[in-house]
Amino acid sequence: MKYEAKLENVTVLGAAGKMGSGILFLTAAEMTRQKFLPENKNRDFTLYALDTSNRALSGLISYIREQAWRFAEKNIVALRKTYHDRADLIDNEHIIRQYAQDLLSIIRPVTRMESAFDSNIIFEAVSENPDLKVQLMSTINKNNPNKPWFFTNTSAIPISWLDEQAGLNGRIMGVHFYNPPAVQKLLEVVKTENTRPELSYFVAEYIKNLKKIYVPSYDVAGFIGNGYFMRDILFAERMVNELKENFSYVQAVYMVNKITQDFLIRPMGIFQLVDYVGIDVVQFIMSVMKPYAIKENIHSTLIENHINNIVKGGQYPDGRQKDGIFKYEKGQITAVYDPDKKRYFNVSEFSNECDEYLGELPEGWQTWRKINRDSEKDEKLKKYFENLRLSKKPGAQLAMEYLRKFREIASELVKNKVAFKFDDVNAVLLHGFHHAYGPVNDYI
Amino acid sequence: MIAGYNTISMGTGRSEFHPKKPRPGLEDYIKEAGENVLSQIGGAKNVDECVIANFIASRYNKQANLAAFFPYIDPNLTYKPCIRVEGACATGGLGLATGIKSILAETADVVLVVGVEVQNSVKAVYGADILAAAGWYKERKDGHAHFFPGKFSDRAGAYFEKYGRGKTRKAMARWYTNAIENARLCPTAQEFENSQKNLEQLALTEPNPNMFVDHLNVYDCSKVSDGASGIAIVSEEGLKRCGISKKDAIEVVGLGQAEYDLTKAPDDPVRLTTTDLAVKKALEMAGINHQKLATVECHDCFTIAAIMAVEAMGFAKPGEGSDFILEGHTSREGKIPFNTTGGLIGWGHPTGATGVHQAVTIWEQLTQRAGQSQIKIPTARPYALSVNMGGDDKTLVSIVYKKC
Repeated sequence: MKYEAKLENVTVLGAAGKMGSGILFLTAAEMTRQKFLPENKNRDFTLYALDTSNRALSGLISYIREQAWRFAEKNIVALRKTYHDRADLIDNEHIIRQYAQDLLSIIRPVTRMESAFDSNIIFEAVSENPDLKVQLMSTINKNNPNKPWFFTNTSAIPISWLDEQAGLNGRIMGVHFYNPPAVQKLLEVVKTENTRPELSYFVAEYIKNLKKIYVPSYDVAGFIGNGYFMRDILFAERMVNELKENFSYVQAVYMVNKITQDFLIRPMGIFQLVDYVGIDVVQFIMSVMKPYAIKENIHSTLIENHINNIVKGGQYPDGRQKDGIFKYEKGQITAVYDPDKKRYFNVSEFSNECDEYLGELPEGWQTWRKINRDSEKDEKLKKYFENLRLSKKPGAQLAMEYLRKFREIASELVKNKVAFKFDDVNAVLLHGFHHAYGPVNDYI
Repeated sequence: MIAGYNTISMGTGRSEFHPKKPRPGLEDYIKEAGENVLSQIGGAKNVDECVIANFIASRYNKQANLAAFFPYIDPNLTYKPCIRVEGACATGGLGLATGIKSILAETADVVLVVGVEVQNSVKAVYGADILAAAGWYKERKDGHAHFFPGKFSDRAGAYFEKYGRGKTRKAMARWYTNAIENARLCPTAQEFENSQKNLEQLALTEPNPNMFVDHLNVYDCSKVSDGASGIAIVSEEGLKRCGISKKDAIEVVGLGQAEYDLTKAPDDPVRLTTTDLAVKKALEMAGINHQKLATVECHDCFTIAAIMAVEAMGFAKPGEGSDFILEGHTSREGKIPFNTTGGLIGWGHPTGATGVHQAVTIWEQLTQRAGQSQIKIPTARPYALSVNMGGDDKTLVSIVYKKC
């Protein structure tokens, strides 16, 4: 079956979730694009947005409408050509409104799983619960006569395990979007030995049409992104424990976060990133990866201590950050949670002492945002890291230790056949995590 | 003319600007410009008439009947005759022309002219729909999403075809560089804080037809701006009434206006024929030639428009405008400094205000008030020229000024 024929009937499972809604929008945009092609004028495209509650689905439609407007605004040059034959659509605004209507007309918000029984393609984006994923996919597979293809958004669970448990006979592939899917350029793509080649062809075309890029990963729990991220967290925790010998726990957390954000010029510190993703999500990913990691213990006591106190981080539906390892006010970190004392401590009470200990940022330092916009980024990073290396200040030395670990984790991912090559690890960190530089670099 | 004033040209590039935060409204800009002119001329009591120049607040701000904002500037303007004029991006020039004609007709001795536009009320993609009203509405459907950049991109394509792309693009980049460097000297300019290092390299960025237009990049275009400019046009009698000395005034010695059929395409896409005619009329009325000019404010809505304007004004032969710019003649140290506070690309382009802003800049230069952006005005060349263009070379106002 041709690519466009496969796209005629698609279901997104977990469509109202943060990942599902983004995948739904991108797929709707691609189906709308197909619908406009002259050769597809007799085809009908249907996209089921399947989730558990009508309430969530009603919010979903508002989100999709907003995304469709944004997309149309950005692509207005092409859309004026698409709608050129419509004499009634004159202004950009007319065209943008019509595009949003056309895109929304493809989507059917539903709560009954039977809707997926006619689909050719199933995008699965429910929570990272292996049993739930298996149950949903196997039920659809048994009741759908089309032998549907399953594309799972899991960022941790081995695809071959899902294939086997759900009885899909190679009709599954990992297509892991980064959060938020509508914005992030990168996808991780995972095939198993049994994945049918036609799924790969479809995914390659789908990603190309979305104007995104992908990195292939071996089918190893956590893949490249979480394979890196979880070990990054574990190393940060180790550094916290070392600093605790001379500082309080909250001071140590504050300092490691500062080292990773400021000294290493990242978009956010490691513990802020954990809050952004959700502490519970991180714990879940670690628990999925743990049984597959034979030589190391993928388990974080720091994460567990927060979960035990029901401190979970994550985000509100409007994108605001919930409190987690840190408390936030207007997006800024204001306090650090101590799981032993079960309360937050204001950063202003101890930050001076910590900052003094870490020392000043070396010469040549720029914010992550500024360095990314700098046309001489590589040269400036080289100079900065040279100054970081020469500095005797504790902050700089800890940052250097982190940089070395950064590279070691990347090497292990390639050595242990999680990533195919160093460039792929760099690509995930650059485009998925938006680091200013990859872990395999010339700076150390 | 006396007592000029420019508000900040607000928009992207200014640190005060944030699209999601509240900003001054139309009436705030009008009031700021109006009050500052009045404070220099002894107050509203001295004003006989008022002219407000605004292109299209009815769509950007859902506001019409703008002449009735004059009493809002100062209650002493209540019941005075006021008028609103419009001619697309030449609106400001038409405002000046209207004031000049009132003085010449002796119906007034002091005319307050305020030009204003607040355009950041909508995203640029919708602003393009609004600005397209400066063209013929029947062309909108087949026009580019970015209607006017599309028009001047077509002109640039024709110019490249006829005179060569490489040199022309270099001249466009040089024009952009001069504009930003001049704007950095003027605190009210939208690009005042621009700290980009390699401007010329940036300006040579290849156009991206998939996202914008075929032959222009964003640096070739003036930005979306909010702002107002005000000035007083006075007779000799009015000058005395305001208590202002002649040395603080500039004299209007030439006015050229010209109009082209809105429903017609340009006769020759590589020439600005209406600009050519308006400038000739203004210079003829002033009785001078180019050699007498100390500075020029030209309508560089796009860098390619600047090259064509240089030719249309007679500073270079057709096809040689690029050479004139690349040889440095239009820079502030050049033979004839153009757009000394940045022009539309550097200072900004709040459409209804632009023509008035040009007059204010010239008033500042000829009366030695231009601060950091002051250029030398040679005694032998006490004249200046402004050219304000509406639409695609459709509505033109050109004025020649003289140091008193």
